[in-house]
Amino acid sequence: MSRVATLKINGQDVSGREDETILEVARENGIPIPTLCQIEGLSNVGACRLCLVEVTGISKLLPACTTRVAEGMEVRTESDRLTHYRRMAVEMLFAEGNHICSVCVSNGHCELQGMAVALGIDHIHLPYLAPRRGVDASHERFTFDANRCILCTRCVRVCDEIEGAHTWDVMGRGVGSVVITDLNERWGDSPTCTSCGKCVQTCPTGALFIKGSAVGEMTKRNTFLTYIAQMRGNLK
Amino acid sequence: MTRKTIATVWLDGCSGCHMSFLDIDHRLLDIADMIELVYSPLVDRKDFPESVDITLIEGSVSNQADLDKIRHIRAHTRTLISLGDCAVTGNVPALRNTIGAEPVLQRAYMEPDMLNPQIPTIGVPPLLPVVRAVHTVVRVDVFIPGCPPSADTIFNALSDLLNDRQPSVAGKTRFGA
Amino acid sequence: MNPEELHSLAEERREALDQFQHRVVVCTGTACQAAQSQKIIEALDGVVKERGINGRCAVSAGGCRGLCSAGPMVAVEPTDVLYQGVTPDDAASIIDSLESEPVKALTCDTSAPFFTRQKRVVLEYEGRLNPESIDDYIAAGGFSTFVRVLTEMTSSDVIEQIRQSGLGGRGGAGYSTALKWSTVAKALGTAKYVICNGDEGDPGAFMDRSVMEDYPFKVLEGMMIAAFAVGAQEGFVYVRAEYPLAVKRLKQAIRQAEKYSLLGNNICGTSFSLKLDVRLGAGAFVCGEETALIASIEGKRGSPRPRPPYPAESGLWGCPTLINNVETYANVVPILREGAEWFAGIGTERSKGTKVFALSGAIVNTGLIEVPMGITLREIIYDIGGGIPDGKRFKAVQTGGPSGGCIPEQYLDMPVDYQSLAQVGSIMGSGGMIVMDESSCMVDVAKFFMEFCMTESCGKCIPCRVGTAQMYRLLDKISQGRARLQDLEVLEELCDMVKHTSLCGLGQAAPNPILSTLRYFREEYLAHIVDHVCPAGVCKIAHEEIAL
Ligand SMILES: Cc1cc2nc3c(=O)[nH]c(=O)nc-3n(C[C@H](O)[C@H](O)[C@H](O)COP(=O)(O)O)c2cc1C
Ligand code: SF4
Ligand code: SF4
Ligand code: FES
Repeated sequence: MSRVATLKINGQDVSGREDETILEVARENGIPIPTLCQIEGLSNVGACRLCLVEVTGISKLLPACTTRVAEGMEVRTESDRLTHYRRMAVEMLFAEGNHICSVCVSNGHCELQGMAVALGIDHIHLPYLAPRRGVDASHERFTFDANRCILCTRCVRVCDEIEGAHTWDVMGRGVGSVVITDLNERWGDSPTCTSCGKCVQTCPTGALFIKGSAVGEMTKRNTFLTYIAQMRGNLK
Repeated sequence: MTRKTIATVWLDGCSGCHMSFLDIDHRLLDIADMIELVYSPLVDRKDFPESVDITLIEGSVSNQADLDKIRHIRAHTRTLISLGDCAVTGNVPALRNTIGAEPVLQRAYMEPDMLNPQIPTIGVPPLLPVVRAVHTVVRVDVFIPGCPPSADTIFNALSDLLNDRQPSVAGKTRFGA
Repeated sequence: MNPEELHSLAEERREALDQFQHRVVVCTGTACQAAQSQKIIEALDGVVKERGINGRCAVSAGGCRGLCSAGPMVAVEPTDVLYQGVTPDDAASIIDSLESEPVKALTCDTSAPFFTRQKRVVLEYEGRLNPESIDDYIAAGGFSTFVRVLTEMTSSDVIEQIRQSGLGGRGGAGYSTALKWSTVAKALGTAKYVICNGDEGDPGAFMDRSVMEDYPFKVLEGMMIAAFAVGAQEGFVYVRAEYPLAVKRLKQAIRQAEKYSLLGNNICGTSFSLKLDVRLGAGAFVCGEETALIASIEGKRGSPRPRPPYPAESGLWGCPTLINNVETYANVVPILREGAEWFAGIGTERSKGTKVFALSGAIVNTGLIEVPMGITLREIIYDIGGGIPDGKRFKAVQTGGPSGGCIPEQYLDMPVDYQSLAQVGSIMGSGGMIVMDESSCMVDVAKFFMEFCMTESCGKCIPCRVGTAQMYRLLDKISQGRARLQDLEVLEELCDMVKHTSLCGLGQAAPNPILSTLRYFREEYLAHIVDHVCPAGVCKIAHEEIAL
């Protein structure tokens, strides 16, 4: 049994179990913290750094999605500095891939695009990298367009942790990193993929989509993860 | 009251942003007394004026002529606006940045033409190796993303500028809108 | 093996060694091996046999003497003559001079400051022991500390000794070793692990490689004592596969120790059991980061995860895990043998003991050195290192590799310790020390390290993955004289963001080479940007109209 802690988030007194993260407790209390790699129902990897918050007495910024609450903690989720860093992180994603929103299947339903709006980003002031990336359309129902991938690894996690297939993983290093199916084989040839489509529905951008979707048509349905998370919560 | 001079410029874009500008419709009449459109694909004037208050740029900087133009325009404009995704991000024209200019020319002029394949050079400006968003070559004062930005967004931004307010499009438009 | 057995084995072996009037020890470290030291051993052996003196003269393999640039090195015992630049053809003259005067032309002056200004704790025995023979190590007193710890001390006695010694982790950050040990010792859990971090990925660093190659038994003994102190039953030495000699010797050392029952079940008849093994890394810099290293041992992709939980609480397979650097472990035996007070007497108030550095770059004596903490940079570079060659001017010294910084001339008289180095914008790091003269361009240096970080970033978190690539592009643009002043602003903005938001130490420290060169050599950046010139003449300036 975890103990209960009381803490302050943005000056507001809140309470949480000590096995809960800052993010969970903040959300329970209606305090928004931006996130990209995190999605309820999957493990947290702390990769996107959007959820970084300030905690009194700790010089480093801490990711809310992986940091557990503690008694007496004082958390700040908003500051000019945090907004500045969050904007830069999102700009970095736009600069890293080839995000041509106007011709994307997910235009209007994309979490990256939405995050840019939420953070007030109206242009990218960091250098564009314009990498040469491929598209894998070999699967009969789905397509992977690496140009739109933000390497959040949600597809990797949902495939491994929920579907149990572990078809997806990450290959390469640095900006050369890419998510791959099996041992970098064509998705369509994958003997492990069950074609369940969970990766597609969990992907925050238009990197994974259902074939035949036209611009703006691809909406994602990931409520199954919320359901799983709730069921787990009930078991606690 | 002195009218503000306005210019609109069409670089490498599809003209959609200009269409959206025209979609402001009758409201253009509301601000007609406040502005003077001094240079635009919509008016008949060849040279960019000495000094313009507000210039709206549609399109990315894709060839040498675009580059020369935008540098000149910047030097003669008070408030420069990147209008639409091509100007703001490079958008569709910048799709070629992953492969470079040469393969595009090959595909457009050489491969389809069985009889007389040649890349035109006379009277057409050479392509830049990399398609640029406007702010990566000159300073930009206001960004209005969207493909195209809605007439409302453009109108609101213009009204703000005409009333000496810094326009804020945050939350009203987005990349790809 | 019990204490008496170990003792008599040591006696026996010492007697056997004493039979020889002369011992000729040839360095078989990586640098000397590359310079044919194996052939030298064969040639010496041949001559010894030819002369029929194999009963009186032994030829054996030894470890690194530090002065790698003068290798291959050959030492003669017990007269303590050191030869440099030896070739197989010199074998006869070396053997024939054993009874008379040493060969003048080959003699290396061991009274030179390179040797006398050093302080050997980690590198004690100075390469005299055969790293492939447990008997040699035992004859020199090896494993007696471990056996004594095991039979006479408690876990908390050991940790207390380490605490009093003031030993800090040599993997870079100098984190208190005793604190780490006691955390693991206190952590709940029956299965615990010890790990030795021998990944050493910094470009230009070869301290840990040398220690593992030359003193594999000493590293193991340190780990064994640590395992006893924290209550671990299993451990791994994680070595990069690019160090085949270290891998071979460590594996061999483990096998030999197992044969003598120094590893295995119920060691020395106590309840303590320990199994050690070697794990190979595939040469990713980030796999030196502890959580990535642990993932790699578990067979996963080597990428870091957020801490806490720290490995001390939840490490290998979720169990409490002690992870220390090679050099940290190598300090353990001398501390427990000579006493914590002795060790604490070396170094400065807050940085105790010695540090091994790999000295390289624009310096006369390149090689491996061990110095007491608190020595000044000037002493290292001018006394031990012999100064800058070719009459060139000193410009900066880089410590800490891709996570460190460049220190300019005005700080040459600063003591080398964790705190002072951090104050001037660098770090101690694991011990790389690259000296640069006036012919180095600081923008180019920053670009070199940024390229390294960019290609070694694991790609997990956005700031490091994308930020390093963007910083590299900007540095490249600056070095070509194509950048504008705004680019410098963006570069500084990126440095700040990547430093403060990256997930692990790789990203957090990646901007350091830029930040420190900007701090001390900003005018060089401006020369590239504003005047389109590279003052050192290193960078290729693009003179055509700014190509977009
Ligand atoms: C990118 C990165 C690379 C590292 N590489 C090494 C290494 O090669 N060797 C090492 O001992 N520690 C390395 N470290 C430090 C380890 O994470 C860890 O702190 C260290 O092994 C702890 O040992 P110590 O307390 O004995 O210093 C690295 C850290 C980072 C962030
Ligand atoms: S494909 Fe989608 S879910 Fe997978 S890593 Fe890329 S952006 Fe994330
Ligand atoms: S800082 Fe770099 S190396 Fe560390 S987790 Fe992030 S991407 Fe990986
Ligand atoms: S949501 Fe916490 S790091 Fe991505």
